[in-house]
Amino acid sequence: MNVVVCVKQVPDTESVIKVKPDGSDIITDDLKYVMNPYDEYGVEEALQIKEKFGGSVTILCMGPSRVVETIRTGLAMGADKAIHLDDPALEGGDAFATAKALAEALKGIEYDLVLCGKQAVDDDLSQTGQTLAELLGFPHASLIQKLEIADDNKSATVHCQVEGGLAVLDVSLPAVLTTQKGLNEPRYASLPGIMKAKKKPLDTKDLAALGLSADSVGCAGSKTIITKMTPPPERAAGKVIEGEGPQETVPKLVQLLREEAKVI
Amino acid sequence: MIFKLTDDQEAIKTMVQNFAEKDLAPYVDEWEEKEIFPKEAFKKIAELGLFGLTCPEEYGGTNMGSLTSAIIYEELGKVYRAMSYLSISNLVCFLIYKNGNEDQRRKWVVPLAKGELFGGFALTEPNAGSDAAAVQTSAMKKGDDYVINGSKIFISAGGEADVYTVVAKTDKTKGAAGASILVVEKGTPGFSFGKTEKKMGMCSYPTRELIFDDCIVSKDHLLGDEGKGFRMIMEALDGGRINIGAISVGLAHAALTKALNYSKERVQFGKAISEFQGIQFMLADMATEIEAARLLVYKAAYMKDQGLKVTKEAAMAKKFATDMAMRVTTDAVQILGGYGYMKDYTVERYMREAKVGQIVEGTNQIQRVVIARELLR
Repeated sequence: MNVVVCVKQVPDTESVIKVKPDGSDIITDDLKYVMNPYDEYGVEEALQIKEKFGGSVTILCMGPSRVVETIRTGLAMGADKAIHLDDPALEGGDAFATAKALAEALKGIEYDLVLCGKQAVDDDLSQTGQTLAELLGFPHASLIQKLEIADDNKSATVHCQVEGGLAVLDVSLPAVLTTQKGLNEPRYASLPGIMKAKKKPLDTKDLAALGLSADSVGCAGSKTIITKMTPPPERAAGKVIEGEGPQETVPKLVQLLREEAKVI
Repeated sequence: MIFKLTDDQEAIKTMVQNFAEKDLAPYVDEWEEKEIFPKEAFKKIAELGLFGLTCPEEYGGTNMGSLTSAIIYEELGKVYRAMSYLSISNLVCFLIYKNGNEDQRRKWVVPLAKGELFGGFALTEPNAGSDAAAVQTSAMKKGDDYVINGSKIFISAGGEADVYTVVAKTDKTKGAAGASILVVEKGTPGFSFGKTEKKMGMCSYPTRELIFDDCIVSKDHLLGDEGKGFRMIMEALDGGRINIGAISVGLAHAALTKALNYSKERVQFGKAISEFQGIQFMLADMATEIEAARLLVYKAAYMKDQGLKVTKEAAMAKKFATDMAMRVTTDAVQILGGYGYMKDYTVERYMREAKVGQIVEGTNQIQRVVIARELLR
């Protein structure tokens, strides 16, 4: 089984995000970046598949040179090789433009399965994986929490999170699956893994290598445009209900929930 | 001079930090409170390759070098001071790798480096600590065996560790020149453990007495030649001292972080106490001292990686960093005031843990002796 994992570098989930005064973007100066947490499940699953069936794990990542650090994390965890899509024209793309570049990069590679995180925790679009599947013409399943590959490696059974339960689907391979929390427990890169990561093949491709025109990708090739960013309103301080015991406080709480919060 | 970590060191630092915050931090208070030796956590650490820092890949190790190791210990020290046990197991691994023959390396170094076996280091005795030459435990040659008699005290992970490097006199008529190192495995007849000590801090690993009563090991358990034990220890301790310095830097960093956060939240006289110059000066001094200690530690580690003699520098780094950690953790408790004295606020634990740094791997008085000896050479 050859598995490709699409990985995105995102700001550390603990960072404080500030919007630029003109609302065009967030301030990236002091941001620390990490691998998108949902993509970590993808990397881990791919490594487990490789451990079971053999084959290889390829990391596919798009972004400026800083994303190499995230690619190396994937290689240090145990992936075999990586493809880095790096071109200024690719920047600012929405899920469609990103999927288009990823689909193009996958041409000419042999693979049986593509894994993506169910969403990136920066823009939370949750669309890239599905769009990629459409562009490739492969089946897809989203929010998978369990993955069983058939012994002949031609199909898989997946458990997908749906509202109020689980949907169990059979998919033929190759397919694109998006990974959700609960699928596995991602491993840490080990010391030997980190030391070996630098020696693993990393193929950097620009727009020309991909064979795409600048107006079909990135900001220019996007179907959606971000017109303005604003920080969410600051949360107001909580309200303390005072009174002697529940006999007094509960009716006050009910009244507030009904009249002020309007939730009951 | 370049004050920049390599990409690999940055990646290793991030990995250890993530691991420590996720897999250690939530549990440390409980381990310390209930005196639980977290063997499972150590097994996970072994999977990451941290038990083999001091031996090469062909023996299952990662041979990280002193500077990268210091970075690792600093990160671990920020979360779990008792992780200094890792330094002991690595020291045992190093002793056997450096001085052992191929059979001994295969038998002990490989499983130690993988964390399948845990190491223990036994030097201190009731009447021999700083005066290491006064060791009374004996290992007398009898045919193809050695018969060990005596006792060792304050042995970290005593009873939990599987393989012990024991310093014993093979020639009682001599001082330091009569000392040798033997490897003794848990379960060897005549080798038993005394009571578990009640400690001031670092309660999550046991500290116990080792008792040797006609304990027989074959001559294959002797490391190197008879009488060379002290030379081996002195060499290994340089690395150990750098590690203790690094852990202390991490510990002090944790204390400063707590004090900083608290000072910004604690309001007195209508403003956060961080706005008072009295507190600001304390915070500034703490941060400055931590940075100075870190540089001493890194420099000693860097020199060691260059193959230079670091006896003086390692002693300086250990002495300064551990004394610094004592001051910084004490000040952290002071800044938190009454809360700082309460167990719920952790800084009192940091203060108790800092103390041991001034005592282990050679007391800080002994470090001064070492430094002065090198100066007056």
